[in-house]
Amino acid sequence: MTERPESQKLDTPALLETLSSDLRDLLQTRNIENPLMIGIHTGGAWVAEELHKNLNIKQPLGTLNITFYRDDFTRIGMHPQVTPSNLPFSIDDQHIILVDDVLHTGRTIRAALNEIFDYGRPASVLLAVLVERDCRELPISADVAATRIQLKTNQHIKLARDKNNLTLSIAEAK
Amino acid sequence: MRIKISNGFVIDPANNIEAKHDIYIAEGRIAAIGIEPEGFSSDKNKLKTIDASGCHVIPGIVDLRARLREPGLGNKGTIASETRAAAASGITTLCIPPDTTPVIDTTSVIELIHQRASEAGYAKIVTLAALTAELKGEQLSEMALLKKYGNCVGVSNALSPIKNNLVMRRAMEYAASCGLTIFLHAEDQGLAGNGCAHEGAISMRLGLPGIPETAETNAISRDLLLIEQTGVRAHFCHLSSARAVQMIARAQYDGLPVTADVTAHHLHLTEMDIGFFDSNCHVRPPLRTQRDREALIAALATGNINAICSDHEPHDADAKLAPFGETEPGISALETLLPLALRLSEELSLSDVIDRITSQPAKILGIDAGTLSAGEKADICIYNPQTNWILKTEDMLSAGHNSKFSGWEFKGKVTHTLLNGKIVYTNQSH
Amino acid sequence: MKQHDIQLDKDGKLRHFLTIEGLKKQMLLDILDTAGNFSSVGARQIKKVPLLRGKTIANLFFEASTRTRTTFELAAKRLSADVLNININTSATSKGESLLDMLRNLEAMQVDMFVVRHNSSGAAHFIAQHVAPHISVINAGDGSHAHPTQAMLDMFTIRRYKPDFSKLTVAIVGDIMHSRVARSQIHALNTLGVPEIRVIGPQTIIPKEAAHLGVHVYHDMQQGLQNVDVVIMLRLQRERMEGALLPSEHEYFHMFGLTEEKLKLAKADAIVMHPGPINRGVEIESSVADGPQSVILEQVTHGISIRMAVMSMALGRSSLTDGGQN
Repeated sequence: MTERPESQKLDTPALLETLSSDLRDLLQTRNIENPLMIGIHTGGAWVAEELHKNLNIKQPLGTLNITFYRDDFTRIGMHPQVTPSNLPFSIDDQHIILVDDVLHTGRTIRAALNEIFDYGRPASVLLAVLVERDCRELPISADVAATRIQLKTNQHIKLARDKNNLTLSIAEAK
Repeated sequence: MRIKISNGFVIDPANNIEAKHDIYIAEGRIAAIGIEPEGFSSDKNKLKTIDASGCHVIPGIVDLRARLREPGLGNKGTIASETRAAAASGITTLCIPPDTTPVIDTTSVIELIHQRASEAGYAKIVTLAALTAELKGEQLSEMALLKKYGNCVGVSNALSPIKNNLVMRRAMEYAASCGLTIFLHAEDQGLAGNGCAHEGAISMRLGLPGIPETAETNAISRDLLLIEQTGVRAHFCHLSSARAVQMIARAQYDGLPVTADVTAHHLHLTEMDIGFFDSNCHVRPPLRTQRDREALIAALATGNINAICSDHEPHDADAKLAPFGETEPGISALETLLPLALRLSEELSLSDVIDRITSQPAKILGIDAGTLSAGEKADICIYNPQTNWILKTEDMLSAGHNSKFSGWEFKGKVTHTLLNGKIVYTNQSH
Repeated sequence: MKQHDIQLDKDGKLRHFLTIEGLKKQMLLDILDTAGNFSSVGARQIKKVPLLRGKTIANLFFEASTRTRTTFELAAKRLSADVLNININTSATSKGESLLDMLRNLEAMQVDMFVVRHNSSGAAHFIAQHVAPHISVINAGDGSHAHPTQAMLDMFTIRRYKPDFSKLTVAIVGDIMHSRVARSQIHALNTLGVPEIRVIGPQTIIPKEAAHLGVHVYHDMQQGLQNVDVVIMLRLQRERMEGALLPSEHEYFHMFGLTEEKLKLAKADAIVMHPGPINRGVEIESSVADGPQSVILEQVTHGISIRMAVMSMALGRSSLTDGGQN
C-alpha cells in the first residue's frame, strides 16, 4: 500500500482550459451558434462563469438551484438560505449548455433537467462537467468532461473557490 | 362493633383539640376522646383497633359543593362512583347543588338522591334545593316544603342567573322567612357574556372571550344590597377575585350574615395555568390572576372566606376534548380536596386548614358534622401526613378524570375513612 | 413544569405552525427566506416544483373562507401535493367527539398535513395535540387567537419595502380584540425586533389588556399615525355593530377609516396594508386602497410563497423519516 496525501489537488486551470476547448469543438460539430449557459449552484455556477467568459457567450449566464427538485428532500429538509434559480431568458427552443463541477450519481442532473423543463421546452441540452467520476446511479453521462477519474469509496472530490481561483481536490474521509 | 383509633394525632378545630389521643367509637358515635369509657374493651371480640400511629385523625371532611351527576348525567358519574371517590378522599358529607336533571325542586328528587346514597353507603349527602322553579329565575320554588319534607339545607339557583332584581329580592325574602340560607353564584350574565377565561393578559393573548372581574363584583354588590334589605342568611360560592373578597369582608365587618367559600383549585391555579388552551383549566368562575389567588388565600387565613370546597365536576373525556371555549367547565376535584388544602400549610396553621374543610362548612350548612365531639356521629378521616404520592388520572376513582393536578406531587394520603362509625375506606399500603 | 412547544419536533424544526408566539426570530427569518426562494416559482411557465409530490394535504375549513383556502390550495399544488378540501358545517360537529372521529378518518386516508381554520380559539392547538405523530397541522386561523401565515406574509411584504425591522414604527388600526391577524402580527413584529408597535382604535375593540401584547395603545388616530412606516388596516367585521362595540360604520370611518388626509400624518414613504377583504368606505378609502402607497394586492401574491414555505418546512423534516440517509 502506498501512502497517499490527505488531500490531492488537481491542476484546475488546465482542466478548465481543456473543458473550454472541448466544448467549443462540440458546439462547432453540432452547429450550435447561440447557446444559453446554465450553471448548477454552487460549484457548477463557478465553472460556468469561467466557461461563459472563455466561450464568449452573448446571452447572460443562468444559474439553477435544484433544492426544490431534490429526491432526498423529505430526508434532509431544506436550507432556507438557498440562492434561488435565476434564468434571465426564455429557454423555449434554445440550445442549452448545462454545467456542473462533478458528475457523480447523476441525481443532481436529473433534478436540474426537471427544473429546466418547468421553465420551458429547450431545443437541446448538453452537459459539460469538469470531472466525470464513477458511481453513476442513473443513465446519465456528460457530453464533455475535462477529466474522467475513478475514486475509492472513501474518497470524494470537491471544488473550492478562493477569490476567483477554482481548485479541485480529492480528499479522503477518515 | 366498637372501634378504637389508637395513637393518632387528633385535630378537631371545633373543640380546640390538637394532640395525641385515642378515640373510642361505639354505636356509630364517638363515645370518648382520650379517656377510655368504662367497659369499652370488655368484649375483645367486638372491638376493632385501628393503629393510627404517625397519622392525623380529623373529622370527616364536609364538602360544600360537589356535583355527582346523578340524576341526569350518568355518563359523567353516579352517586355510587362519586361517593366512593369521596370516601377514599376522607370526605364523609357532600352538599350537592340543585342543578341535576331533573332539577332539585321537588322532594321526590331529593328522596331519590338520598336513596342512592344510602344504597352506596360511602358518604352522606345533603342537598340544596332550587331557589326558583326549574332554576329559570322566574317563579319561586316550594322551598318551605322542600325544607320540611326534603330536609334541604339551603336554597340556590346554582349557576343559573336571576336576571330580574325583583325576583331575587322576593326569593331572598321568602328564603329568609323559611329560615333557609341562600347559596349564591355571583356572576353578572351580561358582563360574563360568552366568556370562558379571566379577562386579562392571558385571554387577550389567546384570543379567548373574557369574563371580567366586574362580572363577579357587580353581582356581589347587587346581592349584598338585597341581603341587607331582606336580612336573608347568604353564602357566596367560589369567590374568584381579590375585589370580591374585599367586598365580602366589608359586608361581614358591617354585620351582614354572609359567608363565603373558595375552591381548592382557585387557591392553587391562576390564569397562567391555561398555557396553550389546557381545557382542564376551563372552570367557572374562571381562574384569575396571581394577585387574586393571593387575596383568596389571605382571606381564607383571616376567616373572611370561611371554607374550602372541591366544586367537584366530573366529566366524561369528550367533554374536555374540544377547543378550549367549547369544552365544559369544571374539575374532577374530590380526590385533591384534602391534599390541596394541606398544601396551604405555609399560609395557614394545620388546625385552620382542617377547620376550613370540616367544621366551617358544616356550620354554613347548619348540620351536625365536622367535629369529633363526644356523642356526634363518628364520621372520621385518618390520613398519613408523611405519605408522598403523585396524582395519576388513571388511578382516580371518580368517573371524571378531568384534573389539572395530574402529575402533581402531594404529601398526605387518607388511610381510613369512617362513616357513622363504620370503615368505608381503608388503604394501608403505605 | 415547562411546557414543551408542540410546534417544534425533537430537532427543533417546525412541525406544526399554530402561532407565532414562542417561535424564535431565526425561525421567522427562515420562513421569510424560504418564501423568498419560492416567490420565483410563481413567475415561471410551469408554476410547480415537485417537493411535496406524493404528500396529501387536507384543508379542514370549519369556517367559510374562499380566499384563504384558495391560497393554501394553490400553495400545496405548486409544491405538487395532493389537496383535499373539506368544508365542515360547524353546527354539525359541535361535539369534540365527532371532530376527533373525523381526524381519525382522515388519518386513515394517509393525510400528511391538516390546514385548519376554525371559529374557536385554540382549535388548531387542540387538533395538533391529537393527530398522529407524523402529521403536521397548519393554523389557517382559529377564533380570535392566531393566523400565523397571514402575519408572516405581512412580514414578508414589509421586509420587501423596509428591510430593517429594527428601525420601524408600525401602526395596526382596528378591532384588535377580535382579530387573530392582529395578534399574530404583533407577536411577529415583536419577535423580529420592531421597536414600536402601535394599535389604534376605540377602547371597546382595544381594551386596556391589549398593552400586555407589547404595544402602545392609541385611541386617537391622528396621534397614532404620526411618523409611522407601516399602516396595517384591519377588516371591520359587520357583527361588531351589535353588542354595542361601535355605533355605526359611518362613525367608524370618520374616526378610524384611513383617508388620504390621515395617511399624510405617516411618513411620506409609508406603506399601507390590509389582510383583505376590504370594506371600502368603512376602514379604508378607495383612493388609499388603490393608491401608490398601498401594497394590498402584493400581500395576496406573497401569501402563496409564505404558505409554500411553511408547508415545505413542516413536511421536509428529517425526523419524519428516521434513518435511511445515504
